[in-house]
Amino acid sequence: MEKRVVFNERWLPYLLVAPQMIITLIFFFWPSAQAMWQSVLVEDAFGGNSKFVWFENFVSLLSDPNYYDSARLTLIFSALVASIGLAVSLLLAVMADRILRGASIYKTILIWPYAVAPAVAGVLWGFLFNPSVGIVVWLLHGIGVDFNYVMNGNQALLLVVFASVWAQVSYNFLFFLAGLQSIPKSLIEAAAIDGAGPTRRFWDIVFPLLAPTGFFLLVINTLYALVGTFGVVASLTQGGPGQATNILVYKVWNDGFRGQDLGSSSAQSVILMLLMILLTFVQFRFVERRIHY
Amino acid sequence: MVENRPWLTFFSHLTVIVGVIIIAFPIWMTFVASTHDQATMLQSPVPLWPGTHLIENYRDVLAEGYKGRPGTVPLYVTLTNSLVMALGVAIGKILISIISAFAIVYFRFPLRMIFFWMIFVTLMLPVEVRIVPTYGVVANLGMLDSYAGLVIPLIASATATFLFRQFFLSVPDELTEAARVDGASPMRFFWDILLPMSRTSIAALFVIQFIYGWHQYLWPLLITTKESFYTIVMNVSRQANVVDATPSWNLLMTMAMLAMLPPVLVVMSMQRLFVRGLVETEK
Repeated sequence: MEKRVVFNERWLPYLLVAPQMIITLIFFFWPSAQAMWQSVLVEDAFGGNSKFVWFENFVSLLSDPNYYDSARLTLIFSALVASIGLAVSLLLAVMADRILRGASIYKTILIWPYAVAPAVAGVLWGFLFNPSVGIVVWLLHGIGVDFNYVMNGNQALLLVVFASVWAQVSYNFLFFLAGLQSIPKSLIEAAAIDGAGPTRRFWDIVFPLLAPTGFFLLVINTLYALVGTFGVVASLTQGGPGQATNILVYKVWNDGFRGQDLGSSSAQSVILMLLMILLTFVQFRFVERRIHY
Repeated sequence: MVENRPWLTFFSHLTVIVGVIIIAFPIWMTFVASTHDQATMLQSPVPLWPGTHLIENYRDVLAEGYKGRPGTVPLYVTLTNSLVMALGVAIGKILISIISAFAIVYFRFPLRMIFFWMIFVTLMLPVEVRIVPTYGVVANLGMLDSYAGLVIPLIASATATFLFRQFFLSVPDELTEAARVDGASPMRFFWDILLPMSRTSIAALFVIQFIYGWHQYLWPLLITTKESFYTIVMNVSRQANVVDATPSWNLLMTMAMLAMLPPVLVVMSMQRLFVRGLVETEK
C-alpha cells in the first residue's frame, strides 16, 4: 500500500508529523514506559523508597486467586458483551435494510444510544433497575422475579452486560447497515432468480460479504468490552457486590488509586497492554489483507 | 426489494419495532423522570407518562445543579466544560492527524515507517490501561485542573490518522501528478486538492471524535479536583453514586438528559454526512 507519486522534500514531512509525535511521546510512550518500570518496583509503606524486585509483582499477581477471578469474569463479560452486541445489531440491521417505508425513523431512534456515554448509560440502567423505584424491577416483581442488583452478584453482572450492550448497539448497527447497503443488489437478484430463498441468500451471499465488517466490529467490540465499559461499571456497581463485576480494567484503577498499590496496578496495566497489543495485531493484519480484495 | 414476501416484511417490521422500543425505553423513562417532582419519583411504580415539572427541573439543574447537596456544580458550568473538551478533542485530533497522514502517505523519508508504527502502537494503549503513570506525567507538567490537561493528552489518535491514510491512499495518483506538473508545492496540493476532497471523511471523524471527547469519564475524573472543571458525564455519574435517604431522581435524570442532548444533536444533524463518511472509509 504505497503511493507511486510522491513529493520530494527534506524537512517538511518531519514538520508535519511533529505535533502528533510530540504528544504521542509525552502522553503515550513515557507513561507506558513508566508503567513497565513501576511494575518491577515495590514501594515501601511510607512512600518514597522503592526497590527493584524483578518480576515479584507479576508473580504475586499471578498467584492471587482474586486476579484469576477477575480475569475469568472479564473473559465471560467480554464474550457476552461482544456476542450479544453483534448478534442483536446484525439482526436489526438486516431487518432494517429490508424495510423501505419508515426506515429513516427507525434508524434515527436506533442511532440515539450512540450519543449516550457509557457512564451515563450506567446511570440510566441503574434507574430502571433501582431496587426501590426501578420500573423494570417492579414489573419483574409482578411476575414473581426478585431482581436486586445491589445484593445479587449474578444479577449485577447481567445488568452491566445489558447496559454495555445497549450503549454499543448503535455503533455496530451503523456499520452493519453501511456494509449491507454496499452489497450490489444485482448479486442478490441473480441469486433470487436462481431460486435461492431469503435464508439461503443471507448465509451464502450477504454473510460472507459482510464478514470483513463483522470481523472489524468483533475486534472493536472486544476492545470496548475490555476497556470501554469502565464507565458503565463505575456508574452502576463499582465492581460489586463483592467482586461480582470487578473486571480487569476496573481493578487496575481500584488497586492503583483507591488501594494505592502502584506496583500491582502497574503490573496489571502491563498485562492489559499485552492483551490489547495481541488483539490489535489480529485486527491490523486483517485490515491490511482486506484492502487487497 | 427483490421479491414480495409479505410474511417476511411483516416479521422485519416486527423485529425492528421491538428493537426500537427496547432501545428507546431507557431514554423515554429518563425523559419522563425529568418532568416530575421529587415526591412522585420516590413512589413505585414510577409514572410512565410525562408530568408538569419539566421547565422547573431543567431551570433548577442548569442554575444550581443537584439542589441541596454540598459541593454541587451548576450544570451550565459542566456543560460548557464538556463542550470545550469535546470540541477541543475533535478539532485537535483532526488537525494533527490529517497532517501526519499527509506526511506518511505523500512523502518518502527516513524514519517514516518508525513514525507509522509509533502512531499505530497508540491504538493499543488507551488511557484506561495506563492510568496511574499518565496521571503522574500530567501532574508533573502542571496540567491538572486545566482545559489543556483535559484536551491535549487525548488528541493523539491512531484511528483518525488511519482513516485519513486510508482515504489518501484511495485518491488517484493522476491528481498528484497533475499538481506536480503544474508546479504546485506539496502544501498547495494539500490545501487546494486534498483538503476539499476530504470533507466527508472530516465530517465523519468530527462526529466520532466529538462523541469520544464528550464520553470521556475516567480522564476528567482523574485530573480535575476543582468543581469549576468538572465535565457533565463525570458529574452525572458522581451524583448518581452518592447514597441518599431521599434521592432526587427527577434532578438526576434531568442531568442525564442534558448530558446526552448535545451529542444527540451532533449525531442527528450530521447523520447523512456521517454515514456517507463511514461508507466511504469502509471501501
